[in-house]
Amino acid sequence: MLTILFDGIAYGMVLFVLACGLSITLGLMNFVNLAHGVFAMVGGYVTAILMNRLGVPFLATLPFAFLVPAALGLVLERTLYQQLYNRSHLDQVLFTIGLVFMAIAAVDYVMGSQPQLIQLPSWLRGRVDVFGVQIGLYRSFIIVVCGVLVVALQFVLAKTRFGAQLRAAVDDARVARGLGINTSLVFAATFAAGSGLAGLGGALGAEILGLDPTFPLKFLIYFMIVVTVGGTSSLTGPFFASLLLGIADVAGKYYVPSFGAFVIYTVMIVVLVFRPQGLFVKAR
Amino acid sequence: MQGTPTDIATRHLAETSRWKPMEFVFWLVAFGAIWLLPSHHLILNEILITALFAMSLDLILGYAGIASLGHAAFFGFGAYFAGIFAIRVIGDPLTGLVLATLASGALGFITSFLVLRGVDLARLMVTLGVALVLGEIANKMTWLTGGADGLQGVMMGPVLGLFEFDLYGRTAYVYSLVVTFLLFLMARRIVVSPFGLSLRTIRDNPLRARAIGIPVNRRLIAVYTLAAAYAGAAGALLAQTTQFVSLDVIALHRSADVLLMLVIGGTGYLYGGFAGAIVFKVLQEVISNWTPQYWTFWIGLILVILVLIGRERMNHRAAVLWARLRGKPEPRPRTIVGGH
Repeated sequence: MLTILFDGIAYGMVLFVLACGLSITLGLMNFVNLAHGVFAMVGGYVTAILMNRLGVPFLATLPFAFLVPAALGLVLERTLYQQLYNRSHLDQVLFTIGLVFMAIAAVDYVMGSQPQLIQLPSWLRGRVDVFGVQIGLYRSFIIVVCGVLVVALQFVLAKTRFGAQLRAAVDDARVARGLGINTSLVFAATFAAGSGLAGLGGALGAEILGLDPTFPLKFLIYFMIVVTVGGTSSLTGPFFASLLLGIADVAGKYYVPSFGAFVIYTVMIVVLVFRPQGLFVKAR
Repeated sequence: MQGTPTDIATRHLAETSRWKPMEFVFWLVAFGAIWLLPSHHLILNEILITALFAMSLDLILGYAGIASLGHAAFFGFGAYFAGIFAIRVIGDPLTGLVLATLASGALGFITSFLVLRGVDLARLMVTLGVALVLGEIANKMTWLTGGADGLQGVMMGPVLGLFEFDLYGRTAYVYSLVVTFLLFLMARRIVVSPFGLSLRTIRDNPLRARAIGIPVNRRLIAVYTLAAAYAGAAGALLAQTTQFVSLDVIALHRSADVLLMLVIGGTGYLYGGFAGAIVFKVLQEVISNWTPQYWTFWIGLILVILVLIGRERMNHRAAVLWARLRGKPEPRPRTIVGGH
């Protein structure tokens, strides 16, 4: 019982790291980026390639799993995404789905369609018994890393100058521009950081979520649930939404496997119908 | 061009409802294919069904401006309904088709209330969610749907008690063609009616539409129900003519594909679905012959380029080119929504 809760929290933490970039970009530029999972997949593959082909230790690959997708995100944002900010949501959806299709086929071509295995270092494998509760070492590692990330993100957002600019731009981009904030720069930086975080999440979660070329499509719906249920105006909403989703999904798979993913989809529809702005957002 | 607003509106509607020469050509070719292309009936049948499905999406996207990422929900529901009906009740195609259409329409009516809430993104997610839930149900109710193995053993009786389905797809094609044509006639009549005009008003500006007294929600419910019924009919045709239903009919990629087809063909003139379905299937054939495993890459690339160039701008260019070819004045560009 507590083990399931624990696994669910770890799962939710990974989901949050994966999806937080998406929620900020959606809130900031009102841009529907269905290709967010592509960056997560890139991060996962960077780790897999570095570990399996070059023999780099797991921990040392994580910075690269952040940097490579961040750089990719920055390039794509400056060249392609930027042109679509003023377009309709339908155009954005079509465009990013196109990117997802291309990424899936490209990764399939380069790496093959088989799932990638990530060999965890020995000190992260196995479980320990704490007060009668089975605790996976790797999952506790994930919770610690993601917890630190959450605190750091919250700090950046709440206490730094950049965070203040970002919040201002999310609340009202036009006024923020009028006050001399370079929203385009803020957005590019945020997009890159969000892509990088997704990559990191993909690398950390590869062991739990699995990693193969269809990753962006398989988890797209999870990201979108986090974002739509959590709302896009802060980080706390998506954070609690991720935890809820993680726990609900793990518990659902364990207790009522015959229901499958039915529960979370239904919850999403219900939330969207009654709170289209998200569960944790005050109605405006 | 004088008269009361009613006169002007009536004249405008009458003008847009007149059949253009190209339309006659299109349907003559479609019916001519019964005799002219006897060896391609199977693929033509598939294209036709996809086109009908895309047309149903056009009704809500092109005319009412509802973007849906889960339109396959109704397609799949219709397909499963028709398949299960043929197995459990009777194998008469027409009865199955009519009932599947009505049932899908009813499902569309129920879910339309979910879609009314919220705008763009919430709508996309709700439609996607409905399709996912239905897909999950179809997957889990193995005793009824066959689950991941697909629904097997669908035996169809002859159409009207006269025409048996044959191996070469001739009956299938004629059957699908007649059904599609009738449904098309109805859709065409609907979109040039005052009802259709009010839908376009809602698409262009829901706030003003409400202000001039159009019952926005009721209209959207009506058209969503209609589109769901059409999609269900397309699904039923697929189930009946291929005599097999798999989870594939309700999968996410089917919703995405149909959206893509419609975008390739252009929205808001009913033929977009037909044009898109033909282009899409031909592309699929050509590319997957050339590189079977990675054809989604090229489809993705087409999508990206299509959006970057601009869908509306491209349609406008085509219209300008067409007008120039016929020596008529150039049409005015349609306002592009969302620009500053």
